Amino acid sequence: MSLQEELQGPPPAKLVVEHVSKWFQQKRQTVHALDDVSLEVAEGEFIVIVGPSGCGKSTLLDIIAGLEKPDKGRVMADNQPVLHPGRHRLVMFQESALFPWLNAFGNVMFGLKLKPGLRNSERREVAKFFLHLVGLKKFMQANVHELSGGMKQRVALARALAPNPRVLLMDEPFAALDAMTREQLYGDIQRIWEKRRKTIIFVTHNVREAACLADRVVIMSPTPGRIREVFEVSLPRPRDFNSIEIAEHASKLTAALKEYGAHAAATGS
Amino acid sequence: MRRTLLAILFFVALVAIWSALVRANIWSPILLPAPGQVAQYLAHAFQDGTLLTAAGVTLRRLLMGYAIGLTIGLPLGLLTASSKFVEDTIGVMALGLQTLPSVCWVPLALLWFGQTEGAMLFVVIMGTVWSVVIATDTGVRTIPPIYARAARTMGSKPLHKWIYVILPASLPFLVSGMKQGWAFAWRSLMAAEIYVTILTGFGLGHLLHYGRELNAMDQVIGIMLVIIFIGLLADKTLFSPWERFLHRRWGTGRT
Repeated sequence: MSLQEELQGPPPAKLVVEHVSKWFQQKRQTVHALDDVSLEVAEGEFIVIVGPSGCGKSTLLDIIAGLEKPDKGRVMADNQPVLHPGRHRLVMFQESALFPWLNAFGNVMFGLKLKPGLRNSERREVAKFFLHLVGLKKFMQANVHELSGGMKQRVALARALAPNPRVLLMDEPFAALDAMTREQLYGDIQRIWEKRRKTIIFVTHNVREAACLADRVVIMSPTPGRIREVFEVSLPRPRDFNSIEIAEHASKLTAALKEYGAHAAATGS
Repeated sequence: MRRTLLAILFFVALVAIWSALVRANIWSPILLPAPGQVAQYLAHAFQDGTLLTAAGVTLRRLLMGYAIGLTIGLPLGLLTASSKFVEDTIGVMALGLQTLPSVCWVPLALLWFGQTEGAMLFVVIMGTVWSVVIATDTGVRTIPPIYARAARTMGSKPLHKWIYVILPASLPFLVSGMKQGWAFAWRSLMAAEIYVTILTGFGLGHLLHYGRELNAMDQVIGIMLVIIFIGLLADKTLFSPWERFLHRRWGTGRT
């Protein structure tokens, strides 16, 4: 594989979630986290999963990543069942989860070193390329604690993109950031997605964020976690977070969330 | 510069107070010798070689015992942190033995090994191992689980994860564990040397002991100062650079 091909990346993956259910055993009770969840994600699609806390959206993401095993059902990635975590589906967490004993460059190299078939000089080139892509050219040698929250998440994004995963799983990656930084990152993530065409599954509880980023928005409701509705967002890109169209879509999503939330409360399920 | 000056001033003041107390003649000069007398003893002991020989003997025992203690303690601590079975067995035992003051090992060591170097070594190792086990165990347990999760998604397998994630992540705790181990080894050895007389080498503890036997207060205080000095030196040269490096990387504490 040449460096050029490596930077172009493999085709994005198709992802199928088939009737997945999950229970968690706790001390006093069993929590039904996911109930018969099915979802098909096309190649290169940007899916955002929205729901209140406790709706199992993060659990679903963990199952797709292979970090958790479903009790029923399965996840297929490119017609292969997902059994373990693997570098074809990389996760970006809410906290950056960067390793404090490595600098920014070292963190991006970590995943690359686990990828076979590359020479070390090529790995360094790739790491530099992605740190440039997220706009951190000048901060390659910076220690993790010297970076701001937004910069940390940029490094985490570079780390997740560098080994060229076919699916990028993002678990509320911008939730801990301030509004200004977040809006900047919405722009960046759209620009990068246009360029890299990954399949992205993005979990959030922020409806505006969902409307701004998604091709399709999946609405989930809690106890047990279920998929309630799927919205298409067919606005042209790049989208402006503060535009009226986004606000309109967001208010539709909010209405749906309220309805299912109220429904769940009324039936006491 | 200002800080160094203030520190020097502080210690000069301490010696001045000491000297003033001696001049006030409240206590017998046998119980409280003048600073000059202690300095004289130290200079003399340094010249005739007793001090250096004793320090050499003590440091050799200390380093050997410490090295063995670390070699056993670090892997054991990693094991107790990662296996429930080892935690419930060796972990509990380590916790129990750690509470045992290291002097308490001396009678057992004497009966088992007699008045030999082996007895010394045994006491030092027993004083070191358990505190290192406990510190390492605590260190590994406080690593945020998200590091391991992130590594796993990037394709890190268990062995790789241990070497490249768990070990470096627990480095700050390992260093404080090693530091604690050093302090315990030092204490154990001094206890052993004061209580056990052996013919294969006179350590600093022995000099201290004989100072008491001969009622030579200048020797007692002099040796105590040497022991304090060695402890300080070890801390400043062995551990402080490490800790500074870790603080810089992790961004913890003062930089």
